[in-house]
Amino acid sequence: MLSLLRWVIARDLTLAIRRRADVLTTLFFFVIVVTLFPLGVGPEMDTLRRMGAGVLWVAALLASMLSLGRLFAADHLDGTLEQFLLIPQSLSVVVLGKIIAHWLVSGVPLVLMAPIVGLQYGLSPTALLALLASLLLGTPILSAIGAIGAALTLGLRGGGVLVSLLVLPLYVPVLIFGAGAVDAAVSGLGAEAHLSLLGALLLLALVLSPWTAAVALRISIE
Amino acid sequence: MLEVANLACIRGERLLFKELSFSIRPGELLVVGGANGSGKTSLLRMLCGLLLPAAGEIRWQGRSMGSMRDVYPAAMMYIGHPNGLKDELTGLENLRFATALSGAPASRERIRRALARMGLGERELLPTGWLSQGQKRRTALARLLLSDCSLWILDEPFTALDKAAVELVQSLLEEHLRDDGLVVLTTHQDLEVAAPRLQRLHLAQ
Amino acid sequence: MVPQKINWFKYSSPATFYFLAGKMIPWFAGAAVAFFAWGLYLGFFAAPTDAQQGEAYRIIFLHVPAAWMSMFIYVVMAGWAGLGLVLNTRLSSMMASALAPTGAMFTFLALWSGALWGKPTWGAYWVWDARLTSELILLFLYIGFMSLQATIEDPRRADRAGAVLALVGVVNVPIIYFSVRWWNTLHQGASVSLTQAPAMAAVMLQGMLVMALACWMYSIAVVLARVRCIILERERHSAWVAEFLEGERQ
Repeated sequence: MLSLLRWVIARDLTLAIRRRADVLTTLFFFVIVVTLFPLGVGPEMDTLRRMGAGVLWVAALLASMLSLGRLFAADHLDGTLEQFLLIPQSLSVVVLGKIIAHWLVSGVPLVLMAPIVGLQYGLSPTALLALLASLLLGTPILSAIGAIGAALTLGLRGGGVLVSLLVLPLYVPVLIFGAGAVDAAVSGLGAEAHLSLLGALLLLALVLSPWTAAVALRISIE
Repeated sequence: MLEVANLACIRGERLLFKELSFSIRPGELLVVGGANGSGKTSLLRMLCGLLLPAAGEIRWQGRSMGSMRDVYPAAMMYIGHPNGLKDELTGLENLRFATALSGAPASRERIRRALARMGLGERELLPTGWLSQGQKRRTALARLLLSDCSLWILDEPFTALDKAAVELVQSLLEEHLRDDGLVVLTTHQDLEVAAPRLQRLHLAQ
Repeated sequence: MVPQKINWFKYSSPATFYFLAGKMIPWFAGAAVAFFAWGLYLGFFAAPTDAQQGEAYRIIFLHVPAAWMSMFIYVVMAGWAGLGLVLNTRLSSMMASALAPTGAMFTFLALWSGALWGKPTWGAYWVWDARLTSELILLFLYIGFMSLQATIEDPRRADRAGAVLALVGVVNVPIIYFSVRWWNTLHQGASVSLTQAPAMAAVMLQGMLVMALACWMYSIAVVLARVRCIILERERHSAWVAEFLEGERQ
């Protein structure tokens, strides 16, 4: 099972490296959205400092959702997804592998970029640290929940818009605890409570969503 | 032995076929024919478990297919209409991953030999996206050489293949049947397989 | 006499259920009208004017039952959908599809009546109260379910995909509610709170319960009517529908 997991992750990472443009698009989308907000609300540093965590988290949510289309659609088109469904081992393991690869490709770059764009919002080092930690715990949840949405909308007309409708409401808790962690750290309450809740959500998502997405894939491929 | 009893298929709102029954024994070849849209691909997808039958049952070695999600997939090889290859990966990488999925990855040497036999000796390190349609199909069919599955389910295996390649695949099928393998395939072309036991199934509209 | 065994599975066949539902609808519709009349009487005439909120509070006789129904229907819908997914019974999935619009309607009603109530009470149509926010997200979940089912053409896939989504929603609703509560208590200004309801007069509670019953009866009647339409649409190629429609025409 572990070797299957390793193979799937290795394959998806190889594919991502050979299609670097896709990865960079997501990252630039994130940076551009974050940059647009001050242009909309004005450059007062105090306002921006208060909004910073929320804006960065919403941008991360959108960026992660934008890349969900890649999760299964390409494999569906060229027939490799069917081969996944026919393996003697569990499909959930394959899906877990694809979730991890999706996170490595579209989540980790955002996490690494966040402290840099966070400086645009005048976030303090404490806030940046909390932001980094919350994104590190939260973005894998986005990939895991998103996989269910991507599997359900596989091959549908207008699937890209539909997936946002299905997935964004489910992202609400991640957004609340993620942005809340930064606020709590800034206000001196400490981010531990938020981060542990995010960790609990991450465990829950990693246990339940690969299996659910596998069920959804079998339904969609029929 | 693969047995099919009273199988029915409904796609969307259309009944494609019903009360379809047949059985295939080791060394036997089943050729499924019929017009476009008569349900050939749907039948094949049902046989490999991608599609749930609307009615009826499929049994492998006497046991219902639904009851063994591990034994049956390990005994069966399905090559569908899409090739199941990633354009960004080389033929070698594609096949290594495909074999890894079904259990153990084949060695590079073995994959090279298989690709060479399919006439792709010098192209094993090219990204699959650079190959022609026929060469892609050959790469996909090279999976047949790398597996020890006893049941082959092939959807239009001869599409895009040139004459030499068609003959090659036909000889592969013959070898497999001689080794007591089972084959189900769909085709529009005249098949010249020297199969000791050949069944034809025509799906009418 | 040998007691005849009731074949319950008979009613899970869409054809049988179609006619059964047709017989049940008038009863539930009648009950709905009666309960609405009683509930509205209690709400408008029997219940006293509230000391703090004046007459405006009377909207809770609609608002609270609608909010109850919106959450309850989601759970029932997910239950039917899950049953359809596991047991492969078509009728259960049809029930789930029929419940969704009614549930969404009650969610919208709860939000709308909440806004109308909020204006005189808090001076704003919308406050980011935890319950209102959760209700809004619930509306999004309903819309997601309906859009997914509407986009998928194959009814079988639509049923099953919708079921997965509804079940994922059910797991998530408590988490969402909890997280919104948490968020709300951290950001809440002190002025607004729905939780400190003043002691309620017995007649107010009674009015709300009767209105809730009325909403129940209404939902059942509407859902049965809608499921009949879905059955006819899905089974339009079957022999019994052809016979039935032939009979209607004559």
